[in-house]
Amino acid sequence: MSEHKHEPVPYRTFILVWVALLALTIITVAVSRVHLGPLNIWAALGIASVKSSLVIFIFMHLKQESKLFKIGLLVLLVILAIFIGFTFFDVLYR
Amino acid sequence: MSIEHRDDTGDRFGMWLFLYTEVILFSGLFLLYSMALSKFPQQFAEASHKLNIYFGTINTLVLLTSSLTIALAVTAIQRGRIRQTLILSGVTVVLAIVFLINKYFEWSAEIGHGIYPGSEHLAEMGPGIAAFFNLYYFTAGLHGLHVLIGGTLITVVAVLTAKGKVTSDRYTLLENSALYWHLVDLVWIFLFPLYYLIL
Repeated sequence: MSEHKHEPVPYRTFILVWVALLALTIITVAVSRVHLGPLNIWAALGIASVKSSLVIFIFMHLKQESKLFKIGLLVLLVILAIFIGFTFFDVLYR
Repeated sequence: MSIEHRDDTGDRFGMWLFLYTEVILFSGLFLLYSMALSKFPQQFAEASHKLNIYFGTINTLVLLTSSLTIALAVTAIQRGRIRQTLILSGVTVVLAIVFLINKYFEWSAEIGHGIYPGSEHLAEMGPGIAAFFNLYYFTAGLHGLHVLIGGTLITVVAVLTAKGKVTSDRYTLLENSALYWHLVDLVWIFLFPLYYLIL
C-alpha cells in the first residue's frame, strides 16, 4: 500500500529551532526579573506560547502533517479556551 | 509477499489524540494554579522566590536539548542512519536522567527546609503558600513521572532499533515516542515560568 511519507527535516532546521528556544528561555528569565505587574504573567505566557508553537510545528512535524492533524490541534485549543474561559467567568464574577 | 496492513498516518494520529488528552489533564492543574494565583497573588510571588531558579533554568535547557536530540533521531532514522539514531536516542535518555537527578537534588533541598505537602512548616506559612507548593509538587511530580515514562519508552525503542525492528521503512514507534517526549517538553515550557519565575 502507498503510505505517505514525510521528507526528513534537515538537521540544520532542528538546530536553528533549538537555538531559538534557548534564546527565548533566556528572554523569559530576563523579562521575569523586571517588575511589570500583571504584565509579567502575560509576557511569560506569550513567550511560552511562541516556544510551544516552535516545538509543535517543527519538532513534532505538525507543519508536514495533513489538515486533519491541524484541525485536531485547533479543536483542542477551542476546548481549552472554553474550559479555562468559563471557569474564569465564574471565579471572577462571584 | 504477504499483504501487510499498516497505517502509519493513523498510528501518528492516534498518538496525537492521546497527547490531546494529556494536555487536558495538565491544563486542569494549570487551571487550578491560575485560580489560586488570582486569589493569592502576593503569597504566590513569595512562594515562587523559595524555588531555586538555577535548577529550573538548567532543567529547561536540558529538556529543550533532549527534545532536539530526539527530533534529530527521527531525521536520522528516516535517512537510514541507524548508528546516529541510536546515539541520539541514547543522548536523549541520558538527558532525561540528568533532569531527574536535578529534580532529586532540588526536591531534597526543599524537603530538607521542611517544605513538602502536609508539613507543619508549610501549614504555618498560610493557605496561599501551601496552595502554591501543593500544586508545585503535584504538577512537577506528574511531569517527572512523564519524564520517567518517556525515557523508558525511548530506551525500549532504541533496543528495537538496534535489533532491526525499527527501520528507515518502519519507524512509527520512534516517531510516536518522540511525540510523547516533545509533549513532556511542552508541559515544562509552561510549568517553568509559572512556578519558578513569578515576581
